[in-house]
Amino acid sequence: MALTNQPVDYVIALAGNPNTGKSTVFNALTGLNQHTGNWPGKTVHLAGGKYTYKGLIFKLIDLPGTYSLMANSADEQVARDYLCFGKPDTTVVVVDATCLERNLNLVLQVFEITSKVVVCVNLVDEAKRKKIHIDFRSLAGKLGVPVVPTAARRGYGLDTLVETISGVASGRIITSPCMVKYEEEIEEAVRKLEPDIKKLVGDVFNTRWLAIRLLEKDKTAIEALEQWLNKKFAFLPGLEA
Amino acid sequence: MNNKNDCPADRVITLYDLPVGNTAIVDSIQAEGMTRRRMMDLGLVPGTRVETLRISPAGDPKAYRIRGAVIAFRKEEALKVLIDFKGE
Amino acid sequence: MIQGSVCTGLNDLLKEVEQLNLKGSLDLNDTIISSIYKKTEIITAEVVTSYGKPKIDWDKKLDDILTSKIFGFPSMILLLTAVFWITLAGANYPSELLATALFEGQERLTDLFKWFHAPVWVNGLFVEGIYRCLAWVVSVMLPPMAIFFPCFTVLEDMGYLPRVAFNLDNLFKKAGTHGKQSLTMSMGFGCNAAGVISCRIIESPRERLIAMLTNNFVPCNGRFPTLIVLSSLLVAGIATFFGATLIVVGIVLFGIAMTLTVSWVLSKTLLKGIPSSFTLELPPYRKPQVGRIFTRSIFDRTLFVLRRAIFVAAPAGAIIWLLANIHIGNASILAHCANWLNPLGQMLGMDGHILMAFLLGLPANEIVLPILIMSYTATGSIIELNSIEALYQLFVMEHGWTWLTSVCIMLFSLLHYPCGTTIWTIFKESGSSKWTVLSVLIPLVISSFVCFLVAQSARLLGLV
Repeated sequence: MALTNQPVDYVIALAGNPNTGKSTVFNALTGLNQHTGNWPGKTVHLAGGKYTYKGLIFKLIDLPGTYSLMANSADEQVARDYLCFGKPDTTVVVVDATCLERNLNLVLQVFEITSKVVVCVNLVDEAKRKKIHIDFRSLAGKLGVPVVPTAARRGYGLDTLVETISGVASGRIITSPCMVKYEEEIEEAVRKLEPDIKKLVGDVFNTRWLAIRLLEKDKTAIEALEQWLNKKFAFLPGLEA
Repeated sequence: MNNKNDCPADRVITLYDLPVGNTAIVDSIQAEGMTRRRMMDLGLVPGTRVETLRISPAGDPKAYRIRGAVIAFRKEEALKVLIDFKGE
Repeated sequence: MIQGSVCTGLNDLLKEVEQLNLKGSLDLNDTIISSIYKKTEIITAEVVTSYGKPKIDWDKKLDDILTSKIFGFPSMILLLTAVFWITLAGANYPSELLATALFEGQERLTDLFKWFHAPVWVNGLFVEGIYRCLAWVVSVMLPPMAIFFPCFTVLEDMGYLPRVAFNLDNLFKKAGTHGKQSLTMSMGFGCNAAGVISCRIIESPRERLIAMLTNNFVPCNGRFPTLIVLSSLLVAGIATFFGATLIVVGIVLFGIAMTLTVSWVLSKTLLKGIPSSFTLELPPYRKPQVGRIFTRSIFDRTLFVLRRAIFVAAPAGAIIWLLANIHIGNASILAHCANWLNPLGQMLGMDGHILMAFLLGLPANEIVLPILIMSYTATGSIIELNSIEALYQLFVMEHGWTWLTSVCIMLFSLLHYPCGTTIWTIFKESGSSKWTVLSVLIPLVISSFVCFLVAQSARLLGLV
């Protein structure tokens, strides 16, 4: 297809818990324009595809389904590393409308890494069947990012999703995601670390997130940071055209 | 481990001993390492409501409802979760 | 930025972290996750409302049956039987249609060549060799493959597979393997190569290898038609679809038992280690999009089989014809090979032609039976395609098959080495030639041993 050779305007990452219908969203948006690739150094599969909207070409990277970004498994590490070092223009977190509480865990963790997020509440038809009602406006207000209800299997809500993604990626829609406030002890330590981190990495990464990872003595994050600092970081698939 | 027949009161038992159809609140997680982090990532933190839904026909694992989702834990994992069970 | 200063920057940072001396990192992680969940609770409480319970809790009702103590296992076997029965019965009519049409086509082609005054060998190679093999694959192998896959996909789509994992987990745990192996094993029913790729969901390399090496023991899509035809032969005259279905189910259950056994042995010998933990989530059931699955899957599968037929079956047909019609000394090469392999074949309850068919069928399992038929009829006798009676005539009457032969072929087909594509996939996924070779040798040894045992016992006991 012609799309495979054209330069990409925006790179969008697709994250979410397993079993949220994330693949359905991915397939619906990219149609036949997909290919699969391997994340360098790991055996985790990253599917990539493209779609167009209003003349712009969007590259969509389907991250592995994960319950969190604490790097407990190769999947989580890949997802986290991509969001952190791959710097997508927008991250879409697909959540399950019938299981919002558990799913928001990942959303809040994503907020700590990047602020350009769109929350896609999928499976709204299932929620309706189970007589669960979600106030999406209120949710968007509390989260501080756009929330788009979808039922990807039926194609419902996908147009709004594409439009919203474009808005966030281009900067037309400004997001201010809510942050989780931790215990005072932790917050104080973060305040102390942030300036020094900023000296080291500048504005490239979210200093708060890095601070917390360092305090947790998260080995994989420290290693990844070290590699980045030494500019040895492997070539990321999302960055190519 | 089997204290199902004790006189009903607030007591701390393991998740494995929570009878099917009953709900309880998580008291603490005794598991370590990756298993602990996995459980907590799934929402199994102190103060969470858990309900035992069913047992596998092979006897293990059991399925539990945690924050709206259904997760299966094997016996050795469920034994490491302590819950506050208000017996009937 | 010079490397040196950057590294010291990071080290200084780490030292600072040490100095801050917060509680242990694990405690910290606990606190963080707890805080996150507290927040999600707060948000959810204000945003989500439940306005009653749905009339029927389908998830609970279905799970009450499909995972219950009494109905759990029987329902799994019943579903398996239903899928096979649908495949058998559903493939029957299309098979007949295709067979008639293609047989007609064969006649027309022969006429065409005669009209062109083409030399006999041209007609032989292209019609009796290539065309016939292709026709066999398309009429006998394609319909069951095209129907089984969508059936399986429907089960997958509605969310049944995690329930299979839930039911079988204890068995796999006792066999010393990863719980997700029940899922990768299920994927192997569709295609062994796909099953091997699906083993990526198993993180620990040791357990992933066990899953990859044993994936072969469940019959893949390409082996089903062989099993179906042979089991139909076994019950010819006694019972029809149902009897054949039961035999196929039995073979599959044996395959699953073999998977568990071999996994257990591997986990105790070549691949020892600690079992790892994993998360099994049982998502809500979904109404499967049957229509969409069937139309797309049948189309996909048909294309896939046709493409394989052209690239694998056609050349195989040509090779067989050449082997059968090139003579060295007083017999064809085919006859020489078959005779040479015959003693070994007999020991395993089969014969030389059958072994040759298995060897030549390495690239793709679905061509084994067509190659065998062609090998038997290579001297030119034209038989009606796809009629059990004609096959009975060919196998039993003309080549001395007994019930033992059918059984041994089915067992060998179930347990023998993976097909070419799967072997290549195992190599790519494992990155090790050692394990790839073992993935071929282990099943080969097991299948030979099982067939040997069955054949000799049957003969000793005078059952044959």
